[in-house]
Amino acid sequence: MDGAGRVSGVKVGDARPVRRGRGAAYWQAAPFALLFLLFFIVPLVLTVAVSFWRFDDYVLTPELNLDAYREMFEGCIDRLPSLCVTFATYLSTLRFALMAWAVTLVLGFAIAYFLAFHVRSVPMQMALFLLCTVPFWTSNIIRMVAWVPLLGRNGLVNQALQGVGATDAPLDWLLYSEFSVVLAFVHLYTLFMMVPIFNSMARIDRSLLEAARDAGASSWQTLWNVVIPLCKPGIVIGSIFVLTIVMGDFVTVGIMGGQQIASIGKVIQVQMSYLQFPVAAANAVVLLGIVLLMIWALTKLVDIRREL
Amino acid sequence: MNRDGDRRPPAFWWLAALFSLFVLFLYGPILAIVVLSFQGPSGGLTFPMNGVSTFWFSKLWQGVGVVDIWAAFGRSLRLGAVVMLLTVLLALPAGLAFRKRFVGQGALFYVAVASLIVPSIVVSLGIGLEFRIIDDAVKALAEGTGWGFLRGYETAAGLYTSALGAHLTWTLPFGLLILFAVFNRFNPAYEEAARDLGATPGRTLRHVVLPIIAPSLVGVALFGFTLSWDEVARTSQAIGGRNTLPLELQGLTTTVTTPEIYALGTVTTGLSLAVIGVALAGVMILRRRRAAASR
Repeated sequence: MDGAGRVSGVKVGDARPVRRGRGAAYWQAAPFALLFLLFFIVPLVLTVAVSFWRFDDYVLTPELNLDAYREMFEGCIDRLPSLCVTFATYLSTLRFALMAWAVTLVLGFAIAYFLAFHVRSVPMQMALFLLCTVPFWTSNIIRMVAWVPLLGRNGLVNQALQGVGATDAPLDWLLYSEFSVVLAFVHLYTLFMMVPIFNSMARIDRSLLEAARDAGASSWQTLWNVVIPLCKPGIVIGSIFVLTIVMGDFVTVGIMGGQQIASIGKVIQVQMSYLQFPVAAANAVVLLGIVLLMIWALTKLVDIRREL
Repeated sequence: MNRDGDRRPPAFWWLAALFSLFVLFLYGPILAIVVLSFQGPSGGLTFPMNGVSTFWFSKLWQGVGVVDIWAAFGRSLRLGAVVMLLTVLLALPAGLAFRKRFVGQGALFYVAVASLIVPSIVVSLGIGLEFRIIDDAVKALAEGTGWGFLRGYETAAGLYTSALGAHLTWTLPFGLLILFAVFNRFNPAYEEAARDLGATPGRTLRHVVLPIIAPSLVGVALFGFTLSWDEVARTSQAIGGRNTLPLELQGLTTTVTTPEIYALGTVTTGLSLAVIGVALAGVMILRRRRAAASR
């Protein structure tokens, strides 16, 4: 617990004014902690538990068994190399996550770089930053629906393409396709990449860049050897956000995939709606395991605790 | 903006062009549906506009098919208000507590951050299962004891129980992180001064700390409301019988094939923007008042 003060970035643990009234801290934190206990910790524990339970006659009974996992991975090992449904779904979700990650990383980095290093006045920087964040506060579903008039069969893009004679028939793959799913992820989540990277960039001492230039580094060399290493914490935090969101997604894949594309989240949702609780829970446990593994790997790359 | 003799490198123009395209990418689609929501009565889901009218708004006003969209609208609005209030009321004391040391501090911090990172569908499923188990237990109890007040018990899950909890697991971490940033920059000298002048901790909080951090609390409230107003994934398995607006909206995307859905999108986006506007105006007024007071 010693690390807490450092972890949170609140370094006032030793400061005099807060020494008194230490008991008050417990009362102040208690409601907050209770909420997470009731609606986060207990649900997660129950999810793990239920994945080993039985569900018959509409009642969950705590009889430990591995049926849910057996059902989930049925035929997955013996039918290799052909993929079972579960493996195919997990791989497809992973592929979406990697595609969305790659695009949001490059785009988010470029936008953050522009704001941090090319926009020189702070008010202008804040204004442009705010311009990028406003859509974050509006409905994601509406932002997905908003692609219909642009990408649909008779949408603006198809009209334009046919108008200039680039194609003679409307392109079908623009909407309700893998393309539109990735596009929507980029549309919705580039911000999650951009904000932490911008935050890292804002802390970079500008004299370091000058020093690099004075030492004869080209701008690409400065970018690669100075800026990117110093932005690592932001990149890692942004990557964690984007990867975990996409890995668990079912709404975007559902709407932008025209309800035709599978994802882990969607499988869980469907199993819940068919009251297959233990299997849904087993899927959730595996998903959680994969996500935690990704986070672990990413935090191995860089110690973000120091940076928060 | 430009300093003398400081010419823009070519990279600036490339990145400026990229940034402009990005902003167009962010706002273009939304603008398209706002325009299309004013389609004429015979207009369809795509351009061109077939006349200009408020036909689809009046149609929306009468309701969308079988779904009582305005009831859902009201539910989401009320839930958003409650989430907003609770986010501030729970995150603020927690933020204050984190300025001191207490046992379990690190664990609590990690739990809050984990709540942001664990996929929403997992949290939602967990809460759904939790309430199902509660329901099973209560029903078993009702059968076992025959207690009258438990007769007819259906479920404990609902808007202000499971859904509210699910929303708070999403809004509170944001609130806490904002408060961390705020208290990081907070100068404890103000509090010391108040204490030296004989103020009790309560009075110091009320007359010194709160006025200083008020603009940030508006920000926390903004996060609380807007995140709740748009929440789908965490609510999906943790809602009782009655859906919130975004959940209804999700269903409507596959069934509604008229510009009515654009009209609905325009209305909900307008509400989000109005809330952001009010919050920004609030922050500005608070700042100005403080600036005036310090003069």
